[in-house]
Amino acid sequence: MQTNSSSAALTGAGKPNFSTTPVPSPTQPVAGGKLVEKIQIKDLRFYYKKFEALKTINLSLADKKVTAFIGPSGCGKSTLLRVLNRMYALYPEQRAEGEVLVDGANILDPKIDLNLLRAKIGMVFQKPTPFPMSIFDNIAFGINLYEDLPRGELEDRVEQALRKAALWDEVKDKLKQSGLGLSGGQQQRLCIARAISVKPEILLLDEPCSALDPISTQKIEELISELKTDYCIVIVTHSMQQAARSSDYTAFMYLGELIEFNDTETVFTNPHNKRTEDYITGRFG
Amino acid sequence: MAKNLARYTRRRRKNWIILGLSLCATGIGLFFLGAILFALLTEGLAAIRPSLFTEMTPAPGSDGGLLNAIYGSAVMTLVGTVVGTPIGILVGTYVAEYSRGNKLGQSIQFINDVLLSAPSIIVGLFVYQLLVVPMGHFSGWAGSTTLAILVIPVVTRTTIDMLILVPNALREAAAALGTPKWKITVSVCYRAARQGMLTGIMLAVARISGETAPLLFTVLSNQFWSTDMNRPIANLPVVISNFALSPYPDWQRLAWGGALLITLTILTLNIAARTLASFGSAKQ
Amino acid sequence: MVDIPSSDSSSRLRGPQHLFDGLFRGATLFFGLFILLILGGVAVSLVVGSAEAFKTFGPSFLVTDTWNPATDKFGALVPIYGTLMTSLIAMVVGIPLSFGVAVFITELCPPLLKRPLSIAIELLAGIPSIIYGIWGLFVFAPFLQEHVQPFLIHTIGQVPVVGALFAGPPFGIGILTAGLILAIMVLPFISSIMRDVFETVPPMLRESAYGLGCTTWEVVWRVVLPYTKVGVVGGIMLGLGRAMGETMAVTFVIGNAHRITTSLMAPGTTISSALANEFTEASGETYQSSLIALGLILFVITFIVLAAAKYMLIRMQRQAGS
Repeated sequence: MQTNSSSAALTGAGKPNFSTTPVPSPTQPVAGGKLVEKIQIKDLRFYYKKFEALKTINLSLADKKVTAFIGPSGCGKSTLLRVLNRMYALYPEQRAEGEVLVDGANILDPKIDLNLLRAKIGMVFQKPTPFPMSIFDNIAFGINLYEDLPRGELEDRVEQALRKAALWDEVKDKLKQSGLGLSGGQQQRLCIARAISVKPEILLLDEPCSALDPISTQKIEELISELKTDYCIVIVTHSMQQAARSSDYTAFMYLGELIEFNDTETVFTNPHNKRTEDYITGRFG
Repeated sequence: MAKNLARYTRRRRKNWIILGLSLCATGIGLFFLGAILFALLTEGLAAIRPSLFTEMTPAPGSDGGLLNAIYGSAVMTLVGTVVGTPIGILVGTYVAEYSRGNKLGQSIQFINDVLLSAPSIIVGLFVYQLLVVPMGHFSGWAGSTTLAILVIPVVTRTTIDMLILVPNALREAAAALGTPKWKITVSVCYRAARQGMLTGIMLAVARISGETAPLLFTVLSNQFWSTDMNRPIANLPVVISNFALSPYPDWQRLAWGGALLITLTILTLNIAARTLASFGSAKQ
Repeated sequence: MVDIPSSDSSSRLRGPQHLFDGLFRGATLFFGLFILLILGGVAVSLVVGSAEAFKTFGPSFLVTDTWNPATDKFGALVPIYGTLMTSLIAMVVGIPLSFGVAVFITELCPPLLKRPLSIAIELLAGIPSIIYGIWGLFVFAPFLQEHVQPFLIHTIGQVPVVGALFAGPPFGIGILTAGLILAIMVLPFISSIMRDVFETVPPMLRESAYGLGCTTWEVVWRVVLPYTKVGVVGGIMLGLGRAMGETMAVTFVIGNAHRITTSLMAPGTTISSALANEFTEASGETYQSSLIALGLILFVITFIVLAAAKYMLIRMQRQAGS
């Protein structure tokens, strides 16, 4: 039975054992050898009007690691991502039930200040979304929201963000030009720079490479592996290679359910669930 | 977090203040709608009596109604719509079906959009020069011509918008059966776009039934019962205008009555047109 | 074998269909050209009609402030001033209001109220000009005269320089009243266009601004507005075109005085109200021709404004489409 085996996968031995002993991981362990649970999702259900898009999701996401959500279109992976910064709250017909704890605080609590929450959780979208302003202003815009910096310091911060996003060398001579004039890959890195400029703790990437060519994709993936030393990164992707290459943990979702969650190597080499296996071997999806 | 919370508090306060102002702006808009309707109802209802619909416009000081004005308006609106609508549909058809983006089609659409918002009083001046001067007198026909010219751009606009929404697959499917182009347009495209086009026609009728300024130069008005479209003919908007500006309370009351009548007609048409349009879009 | 008679009959069948196709296409083209002809006709008739006035007064017609039927001396300055001034007031008051309404409907309004609210605001656009006129004359102007204008005179009216705009007795009717009524009239036009162009902003762009922690207002001001500025300006110009050509509402409340006063509360006149008031009573060729010349000026101004508005909205559409 599907549900049985999926819950078995969730509670089974393969599940990364947060806060206690680190699971064997393909990547190097975090300093101190301990994983920190940054986000805990508990009994999360999500509705578009009456349609239940997520069915009782339980999941914990580790800090300083990359977690990938994979699954066929419509499985709810983007929906789950959009719960984490409550982006869905922009649309009154969408609602979530359950608990999502970020650093122990339930962000589904209606009293949570959404702007502060979103400043703490950066997001990058499927398509590049540079604002209609100059490259410099695109980055400075976010910084100025929460900080009042003198010009020199602001310039430093912008440079810092652009360097971190591996874009500085390409744009340093044209900071005054519109962000819309960059190539797709550059625009996406600009958006990543903008997201990290506000010093978030978590980065949500919603299929960040789906509109990019292979070379830009490679650059973004390299960037992700560098950024993970500082952030808790969650990436939604429809490319299994990308999940395999750049994530530490992988969650496989299907029809609004979390089917399997494990460290990436296990999911791709020794999946516990038949559906996961079918999906990663390309038998459906 | 190292965020500057004082700065955020300031931003949030600014946000609430401005969003509060936008709520006020909406409130002001609705308030004026309410105020106008309220004045129309309180002043106009007093004038709504059976005699309003059965008697002619009176001389000052005596009783009367607006029958001749209602009749004149109805006839001129009808003629204007009947003449203007087919022309508007054909123009829209040319732009959407036959020009498909060429320079001429684009210019026609552009000019049509300018005419759509152009001051109606200018159209009145044009018809005055075109018809009233050669004929030597004001007439119902000149008024109807003016209204027809005002109907065309509204109908053209909606026809274009609606025909563009008709999927090409439908045209191709009809063409694959060997249907000639004109027949595809008339029996497939028009049918698919019917609801939207009807909405456009209703909005056009709503627009012309309150139109006043251009009628001042083209039909004038008439104190008496007249069905001669070759002569000045009474019509609601001009009668309302004349009576409202008169010093006689009787006339002013009739003006309010007529104003209520016109507004109710137009609002009904507007709401019906919108309901029809949303019904159509919901069905698709 | 069967092909020969069938192709024969099909050519007979196709004959009238071809003819019909050609006729139908011809008819649509004919009336398409007819639209251009109407515009051309309007321009020609106005130019011909105003020839006499321009011949008599020359270009100085545009800058002369006399308007005297008794001596047959006419100049267009006062009505032009009135038209520009009332439209300016309408824009100063109407633009922020329309913007507020558009922001409320797109960003704040509960979804359930969105449609009824949009319809209600658009019903304001359906109310004919003459109704605004009557309401303005009998309700709004007296209200301003009793409650608002005395207040303005005693407050802003006392300030040096600016005070001159709000000086003098409260007439009720006048430039200010006409401008305010125009502001209400253009509100639905401008706000519905703003709403439409705001909705062309890709949701992802909006979300990425929210994702940074922007407040609603910051999203609107820093992202939505820059993204839609061409369309917003187009909408405003469309409203301006409407305001300048609006006739009956203005005619009822402007006071019809052919003079320029610094005070906004004084009566004045606009091009359209001068036409509505005087045209049918204008005796004498010069008088009538001068009025038609006013019409020509209005036509030229509104044509330029509306064409610019349309051009901007088309650009906006292309941007949204790409």
